Amino acid sequence: MDGVHDMGGMHGFGKVEPEQNEPVFHDDWERRLYALYRAMSYAGVWVIDQARFARERLPPAVYLASSYYRKWELGMEKLLAELGLVGPDELAAGHALRPGKALKRKLAARDVPNIVTRGSYSRAPQAPARFKPGDRIRTKNIHPTTHTRLPRYARDRIGVIEAVRGCHVFPDTVAIDKGEDPQWLYTVVFDGRELWGEDAEPSLKVSIEAFEPYLDLA
Amino acid sequence: MDQKHEHHHDDEHDSELSEMQLRVRALETVLTEKGYVDPAALDAIIEAYETKVGPHIGARVVAKAWSDPSFKRALLDDATKAVLAFGVINRVGDHLIAVENTPKLHNMIVCTLCSCYPWEVLGLPPVWYKSAPYRSRAVNDPRGVLADFGVKLPVGTAIRVWDSTAETRFIVLPMRPTGTEGWSEEKLAGLVTRDSMIGTGLAKAPSEVA
Repeated sequence: MDGVHDMGGMHGFGKVEPEQNEPVFHDDWERRLYALYRAMSYAGVWVIDQARFARERLPPAVYLASSYYRKWELGMEKLLAELGLVGPDELAAGHALRPGKALKRKLAARDVPNIVTRGSYSRAPQAPARFKPGDRIRTKNIHPTTHTRLPRYARDRIGVIEAVRGCHVFPDTVAIDKGEDPQWLYTVVFDGRELWGEDAEPSLKVSIEAFEPYLDLA
Repeated sequence: MDQKHEHHHDDEHDSELSEMQLRVRALETVLTEKGYVDPAALDAIIEAYETKVGPHIGARVVAKAWSDPSFKRALLDDATKAVLAFGVINRVGDHLIAVENTPKLHNMIVCTLCSCYPWEVLGLPPVWYKSAPYRSRAVNDPRGVLADFGVKLPVGTAIRVWDSTAETRFIVLPMRPTGTEGWSEEKLAGLVTRDSMIGTGLAKAPSEVA
């Protein structure tokens, strides 16, 4: 979706402000929230792109005004309600008002080392890769109202396939419960001027990780 | 906006619970009562990310690559495989790609769409990495972003920005500082900053750690 989360190339957000000796979490609620999110992900109730899509669907003003973990919290409340796992009435009451549903699995402390490793998104291909390194491609001019990982700044642009990264779960379908539909993934590199025009930094190259359905031969 | 919010909220809620404390407390209570989560597992997750997983892992990888040419080749060829042994708690995850800085080319990593970051080698990302200023400007004004970090590259150094738009994750192999000949891997790792592995900084000079 063409939301405010798709920030590449936007102006007006000001300087980057690194924090010296930044702690991992800034408040205890951030710790608990992060852990709750990971534990529920382990329980298999959503996949990563569904969680991303929930945050992208927050109202733009809320998205922009919320800290990172506040966005996660609001996105999580939204998903839990949509999946029928926790009702807004229960969050308002601060207690469960109905029994929980049966989930695939429950994270125990002894399993935590396993979740520190990211999962694999590789899947068996459904067809041979259409592109090879060196191919000139044009990204599609698409504007789905649902989740996509093709950023706006890199749509309808000419680039070059730099590497084939294997075949992976397709975020655009899995985020909306339409299956993993595995697709080939490529590193596609663009000249800065192709993306930003003549005023771009002359030496700049920018790459995205692009799924095959985003691409056509140029 | 993101950043300011997080920087200034400590003093606001010393005596009363903040909106977020209340929301998260309610969420944890409900999820626990419904049997979805085990509070002991939550504690273990927090402990892992606060005490075990962090940029010290990536720093060891970089120091080894500086010291061992065959490891460096293996790292650039297939980082996922090369860093398997570096996992502190467990093996490192899938789809990791290492990119090498040289005098001619400087690499920088961003996730313009959300906050994708190589957790298993760098830990959780800093607030600035997830903030609107960085996500918006890294792809079209990388020299300006570097200036925000106090880094000025030679004009002749080209810039490559990697936008992490899929489950592939990137770690920058920074240039080894001069004057470090004969240093042990352990000593070299002390020069490798988190930001140098994201591409918003350079490795420290020996004089900075003396």
